[in-house]
This record gives sequence, C-alpha cells and structure tokens, in this order.
Amino acid sequence: MVRRQRVKSRYSIIEVFVIGKGKMLNTLTLSAVVGKLERLECRSQDVVQSVLDAIRLKDDRLHGYLTVDAEEALRQAKATDEARAAGRTGRLLGVPIAIKDVLNVKGQPCTCGSKILKGYISPYDATAIARLRVEGAVFLGRTNMDEFAMGSSTENSAYGVTRNPWNPDCVPGGSSGGSAAVVAADEAIAALGSDTGGSVRQPASFCGCVGLKPTYGRISRYGLTAYASSLDQIGPMTKTVADAALLLQVMAGGDPADSSSLSVPVPDYTAALQKDLKGMTLGLPREYFVGGLHVDVERRVQEAIEVCRGLGARIVEVALPRSREAIATYYIIAPAEASANLSRFDGVRYGFRAAGAEDPIDLYKKTRAQGFGPEVKRRIILGTYVLSSGYYDAFYLRAQKVRTLIRRDFEEAFKVCDAILSPVAPTPAYRFGENTADPLQMYLGDIFTVPVNLAGICGLSVPCGFTADKLPVGLQVVGPALGEEAILRVGHAYEQATQWHQQRPGSPS
Amino acid sequence: MTAYRVTIGLEVHVQLKTQSKMFCACSTDFGQSPNTQVCPVCLGYPGSLPVMNRAAIRLTVMSGLMLGCRINPTSKFDRKNYFYPDMPKNYQITQCDKPLCLGGGVDIEVDGKSRRIGITRIHQEEDVAKNLHYAKWSGIDYNRAGVPLMEIVSEPDMESPEEAMAYLLALRQILLYAGVSDCNLEEGNMRCDVNISIRPEGQKELGTKAEIKNMNTFKGVFAALQYEIARQTEVVSSGGRIVQETRRWDADSGQTFSMRTKEDAHDYRYFPEPDLMPVALPDVLVAEWAASLPELPAQRRERFAREYGLPEYDARVLAADKAVGDYFEIAARGSPNPKAVSNWMMSDVMRTLSEKDISITAFTIPPDALAELVGLTEAKAINSNTAREVFSIMLTEGGRAGEIVAARGLAQVSDAGAIEKVVDQVIAENAKVIEDFRSGKAAAFKFLVGQVMRLSKGKANPQIAGEMLQRKLSN
Repeated sequence: MVRRQRVKSRYSIIEVFVIGKGKMLNTLTLSAVVGKLERLECRSQDVVQSVLDAIRLKDDRLHGYLTVDAEEALRQAKATDEARAAGRTGRLLGVPIAIKDVLNVKGQPCTCGSKILKGYISPYDATAIARLRVEGAVFLGRTNMDEFAMGSSTENSAYGVTRNPWNPDCVPGGSSGGSAAVVAADEAIAALGSDTGGSVRQPASFCGCVGLKPTYGRISRYGLTAYASSLDQIGPMTKTVADAALLLQVMAGGDPADSSSLSVPVPDYTAALQKDLKGMTLGLPREYFVGGLHVDVERRVQEAIEVCRGLGARIVEVALPRSREAIATYYIIAPAEASANLSRFDGVRYGFRAAGAEDPIDLYKKTRAQGFGPEVKRRIILGTYVLSSGYYDAFYLRAQKVRTLIRRDFEEAFKVCDAILSPVAPTPAYRFGENTADPLQMYLGDIFTVPVNLAGICGLSVPCGFTADKLPVGLQVVGPALGEEAILRVGHAYEQATQWHQQRPGSPS
Repeated sequence: MTAYRVTIGLEVHVQLKTQSKMFCACSTDFGQSPNTQVCPVCLGYPGSLPVMNRAAIRLTVMSGLMLGCRINPTSKFDRKNYFYPDMPKNYQITQCDKPLCLGGGVDIEVDGKSRRIGITRIHQEEDVAKNLHYAKWSGIDYNRAGVPLMEIVSEPDMESPEEAMAYLLALRQILLYAGVSDCNLEEGNMRCDVNISIRPEGQKELGTKAEIKNMNTFKGVFAALQYEIARQTEVVSSGGRIVQETRRWDADSGQTFSMRTKEDAHDYRYFPEPDLMPVALPDVLVAEWAASLPELPAQRRERFAREYGLPEYDARVLAADKAVGDYFEIAARGSPNPKAVSNWMMSDVMRTLSEKDISITAFTIPPDALAELVGLTEAKAINSNTAREVFSIMLTEGGRAGEIVAARGLAQVSDAGAIEKVVDQVIAENAKVIEDFRSGKAAAFKFLVGQVMRLSKGKANPQIAGEMLQRKLSN
C-alpha cells in the first residue's frame, strides 16, 4: 500500500491564514476553479497545493483521506498547466478530484476500506475515471469509506473513522463518508462516491454538501469495485448542484465495458439548471412524513418544501406504500450479490494473503477471516444464506418481486409529479458508536434512500439547513429513470434561493 | 445371476473456436506462455465487468441447430458459486434455468442398430484456469480462464459403453462439421463427465447414479464406464447399495475413486448474473444463422453417393471426417472421374494416413495434385503401376504428377511402332514360352506381357502390348 505521504507545503500554517480569502483556492467550488483556471487567474499547481495544504492542516484529525499522493498530484497539476499553455483544453483541466477508495485509478491503491485489499495497486482506470482523466482532472487522493461500501457511518473502515467536519464527535455518514467530509471541509474541490443504498446522499446530508445518485446505468460501473451489482452507481459529491451537474456531464453515457450502462444520449445538464420551478409538480410521499423523523430534520425539510412552493412549484401528495418493505428487500438483494462479488478476495491473486495456510481451502478461510471486518462478514453470511438451496425462492426471488412493486410505486408517483421531495435520512449525523451495537437501527437510517436504488432511479441530496446542534440536514430530490435534469433543476433552484450551501464548518478542533 | 441394465448420460464440455474469450477481449490461443493472455476481467480483478462475446453465442446456437435443438428466444446467465483456485472470481458465469438450446439429439449406430440419443440442453459458460502442479509448489495459468465453453447435456439414453462411445464420436463429427470447435482432446477442447447407473432387468425406475470425472480421452471414457459397470454390478449383486456420489477416474490404475458424496455436494447458490443482460434471440437472427449452417455428415454421405456415384460404403468413409470429405470434394471436382479419386482416397491415401498416423490436414499432397495424378491415369498417359510410383514420389519429394512424369520420362508408350519393336524382341527371345502358350498355358501369355513391360521399363501401354502380342502369336 502506498503510504500516506506528508504533504509538502509552500506555505507555513500562519501564511495560509494570512494569505486570506482571495487565495483560499481550496474553498472554491468546482465551477469557480474551472473558471479561474480558464481565465489563467491561477494555476492548477496553486489549486492542488492549496488543497494539499488544507489536507495537511486538517486531515490528521478529520481522516477523510486514506492516501494522498502529493508528489504525483503536483506532477499531474504541473503537466496540466503546461498542457494548457500549449493550447490544450478540457472541461476539468487541472482540477483535483478526490476519489472514494472503491474506484480503480491506475497506479493508485484501491483498498475499499478493507484490510483484504491492503497493498493492492490498481492496474487500470475505471471508465468514469478515464472520462475525468480525458478532461484533464487530477487525482490527488483516496477517501475513506465503510469497508466495501457496507455501512452508513464510515465506522466500518479497516483504517479508522472519519470525523464529521461540523462536529468531530459525530460520524460523517457513509459509506462515502470520506468524500463527503473532505468536500465539506474544503480538503477537496469535489469528490466521487458510490451509492448502493444511499452511500452518496446520506453522507452528503450529514456533512452538508451536495450528493447525486444518478439513474442505474447512467454512469458506467466498470472499475467500481462491486458491492451489489444491480444497485451500485457512482455519484459526484460537490459543493454545489451545478458542480454535480458538471461532473455527471463528463462521466455519463453508455460504455461497451459495462453491459448494464445505458447508451441513451446524455443531455446538457448545465442547461437544465437555467430553468426555474414554475410549472413543476413536486410530490411528497405521505409514508415518508409519519413518525420517527428527527424533529429538526422534519422542520428543515418542511421549510425547504415551502421554499420550493414559493419558487412556483406545485406540491402534491403521492403514495409509495411499498417503501415500507424497502429495507428488508435491500438486505436480501444486496448481501446476496455481495456474497458472490466478494468471493474473489481469496488471497490468491492480489491483496492480503494470510500466512501459514495448509492448503487452498485453509488459505481462503484464513485470508477471509483475517481480511474482512465484521459487517462485511455479516453481509456475506446473510447473502449466502438467502441464496442457499431451499431458501432462494422464499428470500431472493420474493425480494426481486417486491423490488418490482417498489419500482412500480415510483412509476405511478411520477405520473402525477416531476420529482419527489423527502428527507435524505431520518436523523442528522449521530455520535460515534451510537448505532454500531444495533446494526438494524443503522440499516433503518437508509429508509428514504434505499427505495431509490431498488427502483434504479435517481436522487439528489441538497443541504437544507441545520439542526439546533448545528448539524447539517439534507433535502432529497428524487427523479424518475433518467430524470437527472429535473432533480438538478429543483436542487439548483432551491440552492439559489437559500444560502445553506455556502455555510462552512469551523475547523474541527 | 441377475442381469442388469446400464443407463448412461453424458455432459460434454466443448471449447468454442472464437478469437477472444467469453467475457473479455483476451486471445484464446492455445499453448502460449502462462498468464500472457489475461486482463482484469478474466483475472477477476475488483471492479471489472464481463461483456458477452456474441460470436460464442452464435457458435453455441449453430451447434444447437446442427443437433436439432430448439433455440430459446430469451436466455440468461447465472452465477454458480464455489471456491476453487482455478476460479478467478470464485463463481462461474454459466446458465442455470434458461439455457440457449433445449432438446435435440444425435443418431448413433452400434452393431448395425440405429438409435437416437436425446440431448437435454446446451448452455453457455466460461472455462476455468489451469492448475499446474510441481514438486514443491503449484501454479495457475489463467490463459484458459474465460475461454468460451458450451456444455452439452445428454438424456440418460445410452445403455452401454459402446453407445456412449458412438455418441461421443457422432457428436464430435457434427461439431467438427459445424466448425464450432477444434474438438481436440489433447488440447482439452472437448471434455466429458459421465453419469452412470445400473438397475436389475425389469425394474422401471433408474438406479442410483454415480458421476465420473477426469477422463481425458475417449478411451478413458470407455474404460471408466466399463470399470464402473463392473463395480456397481458387484456392489449390487453382493447385496450392497450404490451411493450417489462423484467419482474420479484414475487412468493409471484404471479405477474410479470416490471424490465426494451427495451429502457434501456443493450448494452452488445460483442466481441471475446482474452484470449481463438477458440474451434475446429473435427468430430472424436464428433463421439467418440457420441459413449459414453446413450440411450434416449424414446429408453429405447421401450427397457423395448421389453426386459422385460412390458406393454407400465409400461415401460413409469419406464423409465421416469433415476434413477428409473436404479433401475428397476438392479432388473430385478437379477430376473427370470422382469414383477413381474415391478409389485413390480409400486405398493409397487412407493407408498413408494410417501408416504415418497423421490426419488429412497434415497430408502433404494437396487435393488438386491428387486430382492431376488421377487425371493422368484416366487419360492413359501413365499406367497404374507408374501412377503408384509417381504417388510415392509426390509423397516424399513433393511436386506435381505431370512434371514428375515428364522429368523422369515415365509417360506411357502407346506408339504402336515403338511397342512392336519390343513385342518382336520378346517373341524372338521366348520361343519356349510361346510354345507353352500355344499348347494352352494361360500363364505363359501373362509372362510375355510382363516381359514387354519389363523391357519398356514399365512405360508400354499394357493394353496395346497385350493386343499386339495376341495378334502376332495367333498368326
């Protein structure tokens, strides 16, 4: 494994504060950085250095990154500056992007937050990464996550927890907790996460940034280490909705290497942001606003709904009766697929290999027993069980049928509305250890996000205020299959009407 | 002693002749250095995804059509889960409940009795890697991992090792005809597992079966079946019971050994492969592929008999092997007398192949060169003895018949004047033999013709020489 490298800074800590706002490139949005670079107001090296400085200042405590390759990032940045001088263009030329440690970037580690992939260096670029690379993006580091994306708090990482930038005693959410935290803490310009049951939206909500889960198949999964193949989707985690639209624009589109990718044309997402909410109908699922909601979460979401109404949207009630079954359905389908997907981690070809094995079966047992953490083992066992002979029909097959019903609920709802509004999670960020003793309680935290993955549709998390304890709350905007334009339009209009996204956490000390 | 009936079913794995692997772009070339034809997909690296090889689907469907199967309009892939060091992902992508082909059968003939052996299904899957064992360590060669494989599952329709053998040979013949595989057993292109059970004569329900694996040759399959019939018969006749189990054939000892019983059989936990979309095969596409099918061996046999006027036996021999049939057709089309070509094939060519233990593809005389040789004989440019001599020169030194005949002055002499000189010389030198001939000894005449041939160094047209001798001696 590439060791965490000390970030070399051109500035002293004091200088960073003295240089002042104008120079704090790391705090800028992706769109702003792109603009500054294009107008030659700064160099990619300055942007990357500024982000590296922020990491150096804050990440020992925050621990959003698992690895940062400062030298390589600066080398890439210098190369893009020279390329720009030589006339090269690119939609992300010179922009550093933080990558969740589940996506393969050639030559970089990809541990998936697991001990079992310790030392593994990826030999290839994921399609999404390749598309960012073509546009000139710089890959400066790998962000922390729940092991194999299994979890909602990043507490399941084999490499330690990540702290919530708004309150260091709280979790950042998960599984893309590292990406959410580094974006919120300005230790990144933007990041990528992956979302199987809410893993982009929920940490975005907990950390107060924007998280987009595109329609299943909108972004190629090639190179995204699989957790649950029929649910996984890569998503941008950014400071603004416009930034998410820009990253989606670059990554979206069919890929011959992923049979489940959708080869329908990619619309102009940035253009979709120009429209206001007049003439739009937004649905409120009646099942999502009854009991169990944290009081401040409910208030902030209700206020957000009123803002949308004020912007000209028509608000209607919709029914998603089968969402009640979503968690149970998800915890059959996802572990079933995971149990097969994670079989390849056996110590034979790459990653961690346990010592002292007597024969191949012993090698598997020892490697997997030592290499996987408890939550991953729990889900492998669960998945193995539900696929077992005699149980398949009762569990897996039945879950697939319920999944179809959940999808139909959404199809019905989208006959009367353009997008659906709801909380992202029933609670704000909780304290470390608060939910670890009771996995089921942790699972229930995904109740509003999981149905979106099961239905294969798209969802967006936008900051919509804070709790009394100054913890961020997220508004979820759900759209139909390939309805990214609609949810980005709602998210952007709401964001323009509020100032929540401009709020930044204080230094977590 | 009770008589037992034998029931045999076969599962045949056939590697398909595609350029690239089943789910990635790696080459399928056999015999390359270990782990040189690999990529993140066939090595099961994190994040890699399979992409279906359409050519492999086509070859399996073509096989199904040749074997009279129904082609499933929609088919899907599943994951079969089990851990083994030759499995990169520790699951195999295969087809469980919706295979590409269903039904069908193969006609076999044993002891003059024709039967049809039913085929249950043909499904598509990926091959596994090859484990190599050395004294102190083992290695895994992933070049084979992901090579397209089809599994042909027969009905339990065979009742003897001979029938199983006939089925395998007929199946191989058809697949070679279809051009879907090289069916080369040495290279592992074709591998076979058998299911076998016995039951007392008169009992309706089948006995408990054993599955036998690890036969690398057809002979091995035959020997394993014979051994297993004897073993099961002995167990049952001595009052024992057959347990359902998987047994391994050990070619060295000529025995089968238990690998695992039903109790510790794998639960493969099949479920639909989420990384691949279902395969839809519209009728038009299947019809298009069906139109490109080659003729079956049986059809070709009939056509050879009809089109080239060959005896049934010759047609059968020449059509049995696709390459032999192809050779014959090229030679026959280049010759005025296909029957003569057939005669050459049935005798000299086949004998050479068996003497040298080679296949027709390694035979050094090209079919058009054989046609030329046959043509020279037919035109009486050379006699049959000379033809054999030319044949052996072509075999050892190469070259064309016409050139060899010209260069070595082997052309048959049909010029009456030239032959008459030799005939006169023979008559002058063999007064005693002529006396014998005149007193009625038929052999004497043959001797005289032989003398003419000897003196002409084999070049005299034997027919003209004979007629001339006859005429002169009866004067």
